[in-house]
Amino acid sequence: MRTVIFRSIAPYLTSLMVLFSIFVLLRGHNEPGGGFIGGLIAASALAIYGIACGVAPVRRAIYFHPMAIAAFGLFMSAMAGVLSVFASVPYMSGLWIYPVLFGVEIPLSSVLVFDVGVYLVVVGAISSIALALEERDRD
Amino acid sequence: MSASAPGTTFIVLMLPFLAALIAPWLTRRLGHNAAWALALAPAAIFIHFLGFSAEVAGGGIVTGGFQWVPSYNVSFSWLIDGLSLTFALLISGIGALIILYSGGYLKGHDQLGRFFSFMLLFMGAMLGVVISDSFLMLFVYWELTSITSFLLIGFDHSREASRRAAIQALVVTGGGGLALLAGLLVIWNITGVSQVSLLLNYGDELRGSPFYLLALLLVLGGAFSKSAQFPLHFWLPNAMEAPTPVSAYLHSATMVKAGVYLLMRLNPVLGDTVWWETILPVFGGATLIVGTLLAIRQTDLKLMLAYTTVSSLGLLVMLTGFGSDYAISAAVLYLVAHSLFKGGLFMVAGLIDHEAGTRDVTKLGGLRKAMPVTFVAALAAAISMAGLPPFLGFLAKEEIYYALWATDPWSLAFVAVAVVGNGLMFVIGFAVALKPFLGPKVKTPKHAHEGPVLLWLGPLTLGVAALVAALISPVTHRFISSPMASAIAGQPETVTISVIPHMGPALILSLVTIAFGVIAYRMLDRLRAGMAWLLAAIGWGPDRGFDQFISGAVRLSVAVTRLVQPGRLDIYMTVTFLMIAAALIGPMAWYGEWPAMPVWPEDAQFHELVVAAIVLIGLVAVIYARDRLTAIVSLGIQGFAVALIFMLFGAPDLSFTQFMVETLAVVILALVMTRLKLHASDHRPTLQKVVDMSVAIACGGGFMLYLMAVTQQPFNTALSDFFAAYSKIVAHGANVVNVIIVDFRGTDTLGEIAVVMVTGLAILSLIRIRTPRATVADNDPDRRPGKGPAQGREVS
Repeated sequence: MRTVIFRSIAPYLTSLMVLFSIFVLLRGHNEPGGGFIGGLIAASALAIYGIACGVAPVRRAIYFHPMAIAAFGLFMSAMAGVLSVFASVPYMSGLWIYPVLFGVEIPLSSVLVFDVGVYLVVVGAISSIALALEERDRD
Repeated sequence: MSASAPGTTFIVLMLPFLAALIAPWLTRRLGHNAAWALALAPAAIFIHFLGFSAEVAGGGIVTGGFQWVPSYNVSFSWLIDGLSLTFALLISGIGALIILYSGGYLKGHDQLGRFFSFMLLFMGAMLGVVISDSFLMLFVYWELTSITSFLLIGFDHSREASRRAAIQALVVTGGGGLALLAGLLVIWNITGVSQVSLLLNYGDELRGSPFYLLALLLVLGGAFSKSAQFPLHFWLPNAMEAPTPVSAYLHSATMVKAGVYLLMRLNPVLGDTVWWETILPVFGGATLIVGTLLAIRQTDLKLMLAYTTVSSLGLLVMLTGFGSDYAISAAVLYLVAHSLFKGGLFMVAGLIDHEAGTRDVTKLGGLRKAMPVTFVAALAAAISMAGLPPFLGFLAKEEIYYALWATDPWSLAFVAVAVVGNGLMFVIGFAVALKPFLGPKVKTPKHAHEGPVLLWLGPLTLGVAALVAALISPVTHRFISSPMASAIAGQPETVTISVIPHMGPALILSLVTIAFGVIAYRMLDRLRAGMAWLLAAIGWGPDRGFDQFISGAVRLSVAVTRLVQPGRLDIYMTVTFLMIAAALIGPMAWYGEWPAMPVWPEDAQFHELVVAAIVLIGLVAVIYARDRLTAIVSLGIQGFAVALIFMLFGAPDLSFTQFMVETLAVVILALVMTRLKLHASDHRPTLQKVVDMSVAIACGGGFMLYLMAVTQQPFNTALSDFFAAYSKIVAHGANVVNVIIVDFRGTDTLGEIAVVMVTGLAILSLIRIRTPRATVADNDPDRRPGKGPAQGREVS
């Protein structure tokens, strides 16, 4: 697996896949995509990087422990539902705002926050498993 | 006195818990003298409840509280009538004395603060039991008394006997508590009320219900286990492993009476039936006799007293079960008298132990010169216990005989039981109070002399209280006995008995009891030997039965665990997949609703056929793969083909996800295989292959049939129409699938990602396990390799 070609191309491939995963995540509300799929793509991106260059660079690159990322995602999703408490609507009701940035209307919603949380849970949980499996026993 | 606001009563109910919080700190500061400060808490409670006595004596009932869980109609509420008031006064009054006594008894003990804390916790719990109006509050406090009792019995936790006794008490009383909960829920179900004060109006409804017997038996399970009725009495003598203050307080004066309290409390609604008036007297009478006979056998002062406590509780249950007015008055008087004299005698026993160094009655004697105050306190308690005038015990015993006396055989039998029981209690009372003090001086392990004031204050006060209560009996009856008897009977009662004996069958029975007692006292050594021989001849008791029960339970759970958790992954997998197959095929077979065979589609496109062919190729490749890695990758082929099918039939999201899942599945499986260090290829015996293949075919075929059956049903489009129509309008999203996931069914998704997260954690920890096989024995810190006892502990 550790061929020069694979090792050289892997970082670019990974960056592209992560970028693509974010794209899939953000467009999910109207086109095929969403947090689950985006998360799976990002997780496979990290797995590829790990296979090509070893686990240590991946861990350095994502900085946080993948389980911490997953936990933060879960927290974020739960909190996205809690937002509706302040608007006096039932838990998990979608809330939307439409700020205009540079003349472009950007729809933002608690639903999007929720979906990002889903993305983070999937990336974190799956890549933590994959990375742990890729790690050779050091002892 | 309803002027005392509900808030004050709430604070008073919480006071013991607050005192328990500061007890360790206070004890660090003041040493054993913290007892003086801590005793202020029960004293304040005593005074607070004394404030209710005028109103309660006038027939009033004080209730109060607030909503706790309004949606389930559960409240935190209290009920103060004659019954609960008497109990509250006993708990707080004796409690104050016991706290002082503890300070003297455990002076210098390095865990004294913790001990005070546990005692006060118990006090708060016990107060809660008797004061609760709401069922659930009663139950919570009830179990809390069991738990605090566990902590106190096991206080000396470095001894095996203490630990065993603590666990035994917890199992018996805690188990009884669960029965009580079930019983209360049944009553709640029948009547629809969850408050004692309201329940009193529903007596007839409850007695007429078909579930009456069930409710009764469950409640009795709770009451009998707590009040140590035969054959569940065995935990109480074992509980004597606790320090003596605990025995005096929990296991004679208060906690063990919780069961009796419950029976008295429910007497107006559950009583007055054939069942009630049969079960209670029979079990109570049996407990009375068994308890006294076993008490005769003992030589340890505390054990002698413990067994007579068992018998006294039996007597109380028996009297409560009789249900007549006099029986209730007798139970009331005896309950109060017993708390006073038995608490006092226990404290005396502890005092003797503390000063002389032994509790063995055969090794004690001639202490009257050395310990005169203790002797006086012991005598006062013993006279009350023996039922001699002018103490409260005398009133109680007269009332008992007055209540029981009748000439039909049923009553005569119980009269006989009562005479024998009382006579033997007379013997034990004087054996404890006279034997250690009279006769020639016996050499004791410690040089005996009078104990400090903290130690003799309690028993002496209780003795004086029993004397005064009897001498001013009209006052006692007005404020204590009559209101309490009224509460138990559910109608106004007046208790009138006084110290001046009057002629009648009751007095004659008293004289018979005393004569029997005096004779038995003289023959005590011979009786003891006889009982010892008898018990040895029987050779089995409920105490051993408990051990057999526990070891049986352990063996059963080991067997069940071996059966369902054999530790072999392939067995788990086979069972799981068999269950899936059964769940899929079972209902269709049961109802005979097999799907119709599909017809070959006329308009099948070429590319669709190609995809189907890829699926088949993948399948064949999996089966004929030479090694595991090839099989895994071939499984991926098949998965991708399925993803293509999703794509072709208009489910891009699903297809997308399927692609990613398949990719990751192949990668992760391959990684797992490299770590597991298995053989590259898979060799299974033919029989195993046949079994595995059958399970696989059953699962796959089941899914196929199930899917066919589902798709052949008429499709209800209500939901898809709804989502299609509203996903853009309501949720501002064109991708219906995503809108469903993150918006319409967002809470489901939240649950799912939580599962993903937890599964990830579980898998991660499985991967990280590197230590050798762990066994159950490794939980024992002493046996863990490399952490031997010599290393972990200082050898003292």
